[in-house]
Amino acid sequence: MLKRSDAPVSDDISAQPLFPLAATDLVFADRGRTLIDNLSLTLDGRGITAVMGSNGAGKSLLLRLLHGLLTPTSGAIRWGGNPLSDEVRARQAMVFQRPTMLRRSAADNLRFVLNHLPRNERDRRVEELIAEAKLDHAAATPARLLSGGEQQRLAIARARATEPEVLFLDEPTASLDPASVHAIEEVVRTIHADGIKVIIVTHDIGQAKRLADDVVFINRGRVAEQAAAAAFFERPATDAAQAYLEGRLQF
Amino acid sequence: MSDSGSIFSLALGLVLSGDAELWSIIALSLRVSLTAVALACLIGLPLGAFLAVVKFPGRDAVVALLNAFMGLPPVVVGLFVYLALSRSGPLGVLGLLYTPTAMIIAQTILVTPLIAALARQSMADLHVEYDELFRSLGLSMSRTIAALIWDGRYSLSTAALAGFGRAIAEVGAVIIVGGNIEHVTRVMTTAIALETSKGDLALAMALGLILITLALFVNSAVLTLNRTARRLAYA
Ligand SMILES: Nc1ncnc2c1ncn2[C@@H]1O[C@H](COP(=O)(O)OP(=O)(O)OP(=O)(O)O)[C@@H](O)[C@H]1O
Ligand SMILES: [Mg+2]
Repeated sequence: MLKRSDAPVSDDISAQPLFPLAATDLVFADRGRTLIDNLSLTLDGRGITAVMGSNGAGKSLLLRLLHGLLTPTSGAIRWGGNPLSDEVRARQAMVFQRPTMLRRSAADNLRFVLNHLPRNERDRRVEELIAEAKLDHAAATPARLLSGGEQQRLAIARARATEPEVLFLDEPTASLDPASVHAIEEVVRTIHADGIKVIIVTHDIGQAKRLADDVVFINRGRVAEQAAAAAFFERPATDAAQAYLEGRLQF
Repeated sequence: MSDSGSIFSLALGLVLSGDAELWSIIALSLRVSLTAVALACLIGLPLGAFLAVVKFPGRDAVVALLNAFMGLPPVVVGLFVYLALSRSGPLGVLGLLYTPTAMIIAQTILVTPLIAALARQSMADLHVEYDELFRSLGLSMSRTIAALIWDGRYSLSTAALAGFGRAIAEVGAVIIVGGNIEHVTRVMTTAIALETSKGDLALAMALGLILITLALFVNSAVLTLNRTARRLAYA
């Protein structure tokens, strides 16, 4: 049975839906530590999913595994029944916890991923994205000199420029001021309204309540809880989630 | 004491008066070494990027070899190029021995490993930083290499300058394959060697002054590049 689902359903993966996403018995171990521990997870393509959990729980690792940047020690990941491939990854984008800024201006960071467009169309798109990210004042500034919040906004704009169907955001508003948090949440809403599935890691409970339709709570490399956002914040089912939401340390 | 003082002022006079022989030697030196460095960049930068990005069995050995070749003794390179270009050698029919072209070939061989090794190091560091982003974007190998070369432009320019410094200052390779022929293959370092042995210390000293000036220029260019890179957070 497992064997059968290993094979792609058809050759033209690009025409097939990416959802449901199914991760089955995922294990990621490194130097004897099991960091992702038999994790199973199913997600559909609607809504914004918040991934929550304590520091070191394995949230960033999970995103890397789902996006195909890391290979699981064992277990399987299927996007709409298909295993990860370059084609599948090309339909996704990821903003890292510490965004990578190319050694170029902010605008050139965007231009870099719009390489396939004819020049005038590309310039127009760059201008749009710069405006949307509220970076007009900094378009010509070397990206690595932008403030933390500006870099986050640029990284999101760059991810968006690739026109993904799935967007992974790893703590996009950590260490940002309230106005920047607000600006990024607005962008996330716009992205979601465009029909893009957003999977966002956040420690900001208020943000998760504002944005998320459902929550995946990770504890020690496993999915401890997966629920609709309202239900999760109302009645967390596990002690770990309760402790996390109340700000208690758990050992 | 006064003797060396007068040699120094004679040398300065030669430089400042725009002595034709002096300047033709300088011009040839620059032509040979700049061409060699340009060729070495053409080969060394993509090679360094390739070694930084592509994993293949034996890569560590190739990198170790490259690093060892960084310090190739110029006379040994000269000897090999001489053997290749000499009339009975495999490339003898080209008749290149004792021409500026032979000197360019020798210096290119001398400098390419240096530039490639320095380029590989800086691009390997950059690649570690960019790897996940590039894989997330699904970037092709050629675009990855092009992006690393562009984003590493400051440290790569430094590598090219280091290559130029090595080329312009070496004597062993160019004297063997060039032969130090007046008006044809005589460059600054070989002229210094010859003129010193002949006792024309003023000309030797004049060329020495030019070489020192070039070295200072190269070093300040490196400093300026580094400072600019740091100011733009491009280091
Ligand atoms: N590529 C990797 N290889 C090996 N171990 C890793 C790797 N990435 C992370 N780890 C380890 O896995 C554990 C989980 O890391 P992860 O980054 O997923 O945590 P997180 O849930 O994102 O935490 P935070 O909230 O602090 O970002 C950590 O102990 C970390 O040291
Ligand atoms: Mg993390």
